[in-house]
Amino acid sequence: MSDLALRPERVAAEPVFVVSRSRRPASWAGVLGIVLVVLLAVMPYVVYQSLTSTLVNFFILVTIATMWNALAGYAGLVSVGQQAYIGVGAYAVLIAAQHGIEPFVAIFIAVGVSVVLAYPVSFLVLRLAGAYFAVATWVLAVVAYLLVLRYPSLGGGTGAPLPGLGNIGATLLGAYTYWAALAVAVLAIVAVYLLLRSRLGLVLTAVRDNEVGARSIGSRVTGAKRMVYMLAAGGCAGAGAMIAISQLNVQPGNVFNVQWTAYMIFAVLIGGLGTIEGPIVGSIVFIVLQQTLAQYNAWYLIILGAVAMAIAIWARRGLWGTLVSKVPIHLFPVGYYVHAEPGVTERRGLARLLFGPARRAKRHPTAPTPSGPTPSGR
Amino acid sequence: MQNLGADRTTDNSVGSVGGAQAVSGKSPILELSGITKRFGRVAVADDLSLSVARGERLGVIGPNGAGKTSLFGLISGDLEPDAGQVSFDGHPIGKLDAAKRCRLGIGRTYQVPRPFEKMTVFENVLLAAQAGAGLEKRAAHGHAFAILEETGLARLANQPAGALGLLQRKRLELARALATRPVLLLLDEVAAGLTDPEVDELIGIVDAASTGEGELAIVWVEHVVRTLLATVDRLVCLDRGHVLADGAPASVMADPRVKEIYLGSEMELSGHVGGRGRPGENEEIGDIGQAGQAAAARR
Repeated sequence: MSDLALRPERVAAEPVFVVSRSRRPASWAGVLGIVLVVLLAVMPYVVYQSLTSTLVNFFILVTIATMWNALAGYAGLVSVGQQAYIGVGAYAVLIAAQHGIEPFVAIFIAVGVSVVLAYPVSFLVLRLAGAYFAVATWVLAVVAYLLVLRYPSLGGGTGAPLPGLGNIGATLLGAYTYWAALAVAVLAIVAVYLLLRSRLGLVLTAVRDNEVGARSIGSRVTGAKRMVYMLAAGGCAGAGAMIAISQLNVQPGNVFNVQWTAYMIFAVLIGGLGTIEGPIVGSIVFIVLQQTLAQYNAWYLIILGAVAMAIAIWARRGLWGTLVSKVPIHLFPVGYYVHAEPGVTERRGLARLLFGPARRAKRHPTAPTPSGPTPSGR
Repeated sequence: MQNLGADRTTDNSVGSVGGAQAVSGKSPILELSGITKRFGRVAVADDLSLSVARGERLGVIGPNGAGKTSLFGLISGDLEPDAGQVSFDGHPIGKLDAAKRCRLGIGRTYQVPRPFEKMTVFENVLLAAQAGAGLEKRAAHGHAFAILEETGLARLANQPAGALGLLQRKRLELARALATRPVLLLLDEVAAGLTDPEVDELIGIVDAASTGEGELAIVWVEHVVRTLLATVDRLVCLDRGHVLADGAPASVMADPRVKEIYLGSEMELSGHVGGRGRPGENEEIGDIGQAGQAAAARR
């Protein structure tokens, strides 16, 4: 086993250490996640369609909030123009459907088109920083909206109904829509999780904390930002495709509406910027508020605003961020943890998945003991 | 300004005698030629030329506003010069950004450390090993951990960097720069804000790194001259973007102009003298120079 552990060349003594992605095994979180997704997947069989269509809206919100969190929370890109890609996604599905492609299949096309489109656009907008970037993204969204208005085949300003789904029964269509929205949301979260776990993820978390510092140690910051920008374009297009399918109608004033960006920002800030869990928590809060307060008309928006202000004042890290600062829970292990105690060995395969990467004689809840030159107690 | 220019040319001739080419005959790892950088009317580098040999340890001193930190910005790519050429290892690097220069082998620390606060100490250094030194997976883990041991941070590997105190932050800043496997290391005021024993610890780390890694050249900016004199091979005194003196530490410190400038500004800082001593403002300088020497004699 010892050949598996790392031995730094320059240290002669016995500093065998093992690097894992979390302090304690996080496999229970993975199991919990799978159980949750399976439970959500069987919902159409057990609950009324009014609830599943609310959940469709919830999944769409989770998708776009997760994307905005990747942009603003990690890459430092405060976009107020993600509705551009929501619109691109919706119209890609509409055009594909008009040409006889199954709308559910067209979701993939929508995502692909959006990612490809985002690549050249990224060279334009990533030259700008801060507020200039924000304004540029908004301008691009308005440009996309105005371009769509010029095409009568797309319904101009009034929009067009989505063809190709008329032969599916209402109940079955509702279930299909629900599963597709769930899949899009889960894939969005998994994509961000995998991105953050990858080598690029360390660059992104560093950019979140200190961009100048990240550049000074050689990080390819612009490349990482481009990656996130394209991912967010794809994710928002997926959400846009789901909006088109769930409403069976594509209206430019709706899909290109800046309110989508307001929703994603609200969900991310309420839940917690710069955490994977935050946007999910924020989306739950938003949907619950929306459902309980919808009947009170104007009060709905007033209370929504009051909640946002309360959290901005008393829980600046968002609900999840505040919780994590008190109780260290990490459902998505994206960090690195060093186990460096004498006698540590590494586990492999299933044992590693279930019990964590390091086996040691006695379990210490403390940080690793020094195995090299020790600093003089400061 | 005419006067200053004349002063500088004489200094340069002195510099090249005691400087890099004379010390070692090796090709310079870093060469600045005719660098000018202005912020409005203030010149932080004014037709500045300087070269650093492989493995050389160059100390840079100068009063506040002399252009020490700006010099680092110009070398590391944080600042773009208005005119002039920066060459690293014989290749012009003027068009490259800070990250590319780091990957080529220029590591730097900042005067105010820039840790990734929500990341752990290990993650901070791991990113430097991956992004800066281009190491992958286990090689990167091993390198990062070895650097943590060298810098005495191994014990704190899993601590969030934001929880560290000033000395540990300075250590981490140094560890991150070392983890990028630099050929040229720029140290910006490492000693600022630390006690003498703490400074000695950091010097020990730099010593170990520069002897262990082979030909690591170091350019070290420090306001506290004592720190530098013990460690560097060569000393440069900057003033208002000029190289005022360049040569062996003892001879630079003995240079009357350096004494005048340095003591003059120190006096100003402590409020003893109203005006600043500058070469070219001859009358005033004589006075301040004498005042400075008198103050030194009293101690």
